[in-house]
Amino acid sequence: MNDRYSRQILFSPIGQVGQKKLAEKHVLLIGAGALGTGNAEILVRSGVGKITIVDRDYVEWSNLQRQQLYTESDANSRMPKVIAAKRRLEEINRDVQIEAKIIDVTPLEMSQLTDGVDLIIDATDNFDIRLIINDISQKHHIPWIYGAVVASYGISYTILPNETPCLHCLLQQVPMGGMTCDTAGVISPVVQMVVAHQSAEALKILTDNREALRRQLISFDLWTNQQASIDVSTFKNTSCHSCGQAPTYPHLNYESQTKTAVLCGRDTVQIRPTAAGNRDLETIAARLFNIGKVEQNSFLLSFTNEPHRLVMFHDGRVLVHGTNDVTEAKSLYYRYFG
Amino acid sequence: MNLLVNGNDLQVPSDVNTIADVITHFFEQDPIVIVEHNGEILEKNHHTERIVADGDKIELVQFVGGG
Ligand SMILES: [Zn+2]
Repeated sequence: MNDRYSRQILFSPIGQVGQKKLAEKHVLLIGAGALGTGNAEILVRSGVGKITIVDRDYVEWSNLQRQQLYTESDANSRMPKVIAAKRRLEEINRDVQIEAKIIDVTPLEMSQLTDGVDLIIDATDNFDIRLIINDISQKHHIPWIYGAVVASYGISYTILPNETPCLHCLLQQVPMGGMTCDTAGVISPVVQMVVAHQSAEALKILTDNREALRRQLISFDLWTNQQASIDVSTFKNTSCHSCGQAPTYPHLNYESQTKTAVLCGRDTVQIRPTAAGNRDLETIAARLFNIGKVEQNSFLLSFTNEPHRLVMFHDGRVLVHGTNDVTEAKSLYYRYFG
Repeated sequence: MNLLVNGNDLQVPSDVNTIADVITHFFEQDPIVIVEHNGEILEKNHHTERIVADGDKIELVQFVGGG
């Protein structure tokens, strides 16, 4: 027995008992960007039993300023984020079981990921996915921790099924398209502040210290030096479609899922083919060599024909870079991969 | 008129009369904001009718999406 966790065990609300509980817990982390890498590192260092990390993207240079698990070499090789994260996390603590999933989260995939999960941490960048997480959380009685950042501003709230209002209750409306996309940039300290709130709440839940939970909606701006915390318990709505007395979980409706999505502030459109399943990237690469620049790693194929770059993953999902126009992206997709 | 917004004493123009005006004054576009007015949390549909007065204490929390 080494003393890896000695300082955390000396912290009396956790102690030996809490440490043992933590080692038996499974956390589902949705998103491996700024909030995702921060939460993952803290939970893995603290000795959580298992963590499943889900992300649809690969590492780019613009991530390195705030996404703490990634290196220049990950950006150069366009390593899928969850693969790069898993490698780094296993160097940090080999006792933690780390499951990496390169997928775009849909209701179908979410429902396959929640078996045995004790807590979901939100590290996504849009409300479409958060509302799916919110419904899944209510349906399977799994707590989740909302967190978000933009510019120098951060916000967090812990949602406990049957106790607190859910995200649907708090929003009181479905967010507009613009709300889901932030183009104001972000500074790293505010990421760390939200990560600190989320991971502290996570440790309380995972070690059965629920009486210590904050139970307030909190926000802060590290540049304008403002902060607010609000008790939102009165927002719990008994007729809420997600957490009310007769829930319908509207965001788990598979049919309503779009096949294309414009990625936030990235000049990128994602296309998810109707026919999912493994693609033979070698064969596709061979076909494209004559028309543009083809680069590959074990997880994806990148094809550049200026001004556009298309990246295909094994599951057939394609990111079309260099456009925000879904129609244009689709036509490029069919031209090269159709 | 002065309002205590998220702990900061701020001056607002005279055309700010309601909570909805306060939101329009401090945010761009059409944000999703939860408001606490003098310790009382407000439902969204009360934002346009709730009058604010000098010295009122207001907490504003805006939902954002980035991560
Ligand atoms: Zn609800």
